[in-house]
Amino acid sequence: MQRIDATGYMIAMQRFANPANFLKLATRLTPFAAAIAFILLAVGSYLALFVAPPDYQQGDTVRIMFVHVPAAWMTTFCFGVMAAASAVGLIWGHPVAYVAAKATAPVGAAFTVMALVTGALWGQPMWGTWWVWDARLTSVLIQLFIYLGYMALWNAIEDPVRGAKATAIFALVGAVNLPIIKFSVEWWNTLHQPASIARVEGPAIHSSILTPLLIMLAGFTVFYIWLLLVRMRQEILARRIRTLQLARTRKLQVGEAG
Amino acid sequence: MTRKRRRLYLVVGAMALLGVAAALVLTAIRDTLVFFYSPMELAEKDIPPGKNFRLGGLVAEGSVEKLPDGLTTRFVITDLSAEVPVLYRDLLPDLFREGQGVVAEGALNPEGVFMARQVLAKHDENYMPPEVAEALKKSGQWQGAAETE
Repeated sequence: MQRIDATGYMIAMQRFANPANFLKLATRLTPFAAAIAFILLAVGSYLALFVAPPDYQQGDTVRIMFVHVPAAWMTTFCFGVMAAASAVGLIWGHPVAYVAAKATAPVGAAFTVMALVTGALWGQPMWGTWWVWDARLTSVLIQLFIYLGYMALWNAIEDPVRGAKATAIFALVGAVNLPIIKFSVEWWNTLHQPASIARVEGPAIHSSILTPLLIMLAGFTVFYIWLLLVRMRQEILARRIRTLQLARTRKLQVGEAG
Repeated sequence: MTRKRRRLYLVVGAMALLGVAAALVLTAIRDTLVFFYSPMELAEKDIPPGKNFRLGGLVAEGSVEKLPDGLTTRFVITDLSAEVPVLYRDLLPDLFREGQGVVAEGALNPEGVFMARQVLAKHDENYMPPEVAEALKKSGQWQGAAETE
């Protein structure tokens, strides 16, 4: 067994942070991530729709949960990844970290829209309303705006190096909303019910409903990892093309001058 | 190395400051973040009749009553320490029943009755199949909303 000391760890991190090495790794991992995501989502959907029992109170409407909860989980998870990657980028200056944050944003925003829409579809039959301005719903809507603001900021700044830093600071500031989303249902009276899974007393969901839900949660997460790998590869290759084009124009200009 | 260390401290310090600032702001505007008042809070707040607000709590056992006009429902919202009578003239959500959580929007009339314009059902964080709920009730371990037969 090889002893992993601090230097070895730093070297490993640096190797991973090198875009060329990352490309190789990502290309190898992509098909596996896609296959695992597909299997988990297929099994999870089957269990959720055909095997899981209806809820004692909500009946079959409870099945919206199998999409709503994973989508809402990805809303916070994706932004958590973006904030962590941004911090790594700002502190250690790894270019791949910025790429990961940038590639995650539209995926996270899409999951947020999904959580809001499925939540509305669930709220109408159960609560009696599509939407209320309670702390949970409002804080998730704010998170959607933070996602959109982050993406707009990337588009607004031409220089990618400056853009990476500005958006990283924006992501860290936006991450302040994450604990607010999580604890909104405990800190304030809300129409939205409190947490069912991640709570001190353990899950409040019967295992026959919890198991498909956990499989769907895993499926959504691996699905995101697959999208992340594809999008990061695409972003790195796009940057490489830009660099090559720049180099060629420069060479042409030098040729004309000489 | 020292530059990286300094940037690390800077990011962590800035995040901590930001967190404290957010906590202060949220504490200051707590009253506007709360979606509803419980009957207990209502008693402390002394809200004048005619002022709009939301009232939340459980529908008191045995309090639901249809008035002779066939449309108006009278019930009591309780938080087990205080109670407020409610009148509502519209259709109730499916989940509405005695022992169930509800949030009503409306205003108090001069007699202290809450005239609701909208009633929303609130459900808790427990999910289980009907058989399990039945078994829990039979064994006396039921902790959720009590249901009427």
